[in-house]
Amino acid sequence: MARRVAIVGTGQTYHKSHRLDVNGRELINEAVTRALADCELSIADIDAIIIGNMDHFESINYVDTWSVEGSGGYMKPIMKITTGGTTGASVAIAAYYHVASGLFDRVLAIGWEKNSESDTTAAIVTCSDPIWDRFSYSGAIPSLATEASAYMEQYGATQEDAARVTVRERTHALNNPYAQMYNRPVTIKDVMESAMLAYPIKLLDVCPRTDGACAVVFAAEGVAEKIAVKPAWVKSCSVRHTTTWFGDVDYNTGMISLKRASKEAFANAGIKNPVEEIDVAELYLPYSYAGLKWIEAIGFCGPGQGPKFIRDGNTDMGGKLPINPSGGVISTNCIGATALLRVAEASIQVMGKGEARQVPDVKTAMATGFGGCWWSDVVILGKDKPN
Amino acid sequence: MGIDRKDTELLTVTFDKGMPYEWSIGKYGSRFFQEIREHRRFLGIRCPKCKRVLVPPRRICGQCFQELDELVELSDTGTIMAFSVVNYPFIDPATGTQRPIPYTYGYINIDGSDNIFSHIINETDENRIKVGMKVRAVFRQSQEMQGNIQDIKYFEIIR
Repeated sequence: MARRVAIVGTGQTYHKSHRLDVNGRELINEAVTRALADCELSIADIDAIIIGNMDHFESINYVDTWSVEGSGGYMKPIMKITTGGTTGASVAIAAYYHVASGLFDRVLAIGWEKNSESDTTAAIVTCSDPIWDRFSYSGAIPSLATEASAYMEQYGATQEDAARVTVRERTHALNNPYAQMYNRPVTIKDVMESAMLAYPIKLLDVCPRTDGACAVVFAAEGVAEKIAVKPAWVKSCSVRHTTTWFGDVDYNTGMISLKRASKEAFANAGIKNPVEEIDVAELYLPYSYAGLKWIEAIGFCGPGQGPKFIRDGNTDMGGKLPINPSGGVISTNCIGATALLRVAEASIQVMGKGEARQVPDVKTAMATGFGGCWWSDVVILGKDKPN
Repeated sequence: MGIDRKDTELLTVTFDKGMPYEWSIGKYGSRFFQEIREHRRFLGIRCPKCKRVLVPPRRICGQCFQELDELVELSDTGTIMAFSVVNYPFIDPATGTQRPIPYTYGYINIDGSDNIFSHIINETDENRIKVGMKVRAVFRQSQEMQGNIQDIKYFEIIR
């Protein structure tokens, strides 16, 4: 039987578009040092390390070994996990597996990216099949744009509906000094007037490119309570992958991987009515339209109801279910760290360490990761130990 | 003397050289390109379990984890399922240079198949293209074909 596991500490960099003052290892070290300080541990207390980033982004092979000076992995078990956009959630889930297995008591999960070191779109294009898809594929933006165009056609959602999601994220980022887009609020008009990158996606509908890192410490029951006053317990984790081919995904059925991962994660966490029982969600929403369509896949509202659910303020701070108090992916996207930031921010909410971005009385928090060919990770955290 | 730490200029190192790869297309994929050259039509493959016809043809149905071998002749027409007009510059890793923009990235359901084939559509005016429109493949001249995805030049909207 799996052991109970909790998050006891987190650390992240102050995210920027270019961190020319540090190399990747030094960037990682900033996050690790802050995570250890957050839970008052030293690197000697860490039993194993899981690390991940995007393949091809920095042209780094075996990031596990390459990063040792930054991660503190010298003479420790350290493993690389890289699963595209979900990488950060995957390192978190792998760290959870390590501790839950009973083999390790304190495990450090690290995600990082220096997006400034390559052409992000060119690097993402290499994720598509070189024989069939690479010729026409043009990175994340148009592949998301195709989903958006199909969603608009199906439900009559508008570009203004999507812009409202960006406005929420950038408003929330006012409360998060770590966010790349800290103190840079926008209006619906700003979004609508920003440059059209790939119809219907405009510049302010999508995430930025970020240099940043995140580290999270997981600990076993019996150990966690001694490290943290209020650990964030892992209630459940779910992973769902789709297909090799973009063309095999059915865009009209919604985000099926997110739908199924959410369903399983809710069931395993004993959640029957997600909107009522989840107090805050940190969702990997790489573009504004995801903030409409993907919350339908999760089950926060019915198909086609995303725009109204957002417009009614349900997901704003003070709303029924605040989404992305951190400002989300639209405010910060150091890709290999992005999904780990979702898990870290969700745990910060449970631990009550959110300062200006804290949602009151969080008992249950949800985090998601999104990657490549429409696959999903879901993590549910809680104040109380899982059953 | 001593070291001046205050005025350090932050430097970067650049790598911009080509690094060739050679990918195997596989037997059904190779047949797909031969079919285009010889008959100017698409080729799919049917899964005996889920019955879906998949394009391009491949040896395994990912959903069913099932070996496939029933090749299916298809036409050169299809329907736009989703599209996007790409309007921002980026380096094409296939050429090492900037990909020409604007161009339209399209998800096309080839008639007689059950999934989506991704390629480009030669219409960049957002007002003249819609999900659901019928399209036809425009191929290279046979003598110019090279057995790769660019043997299909683009899809054009049937008006």
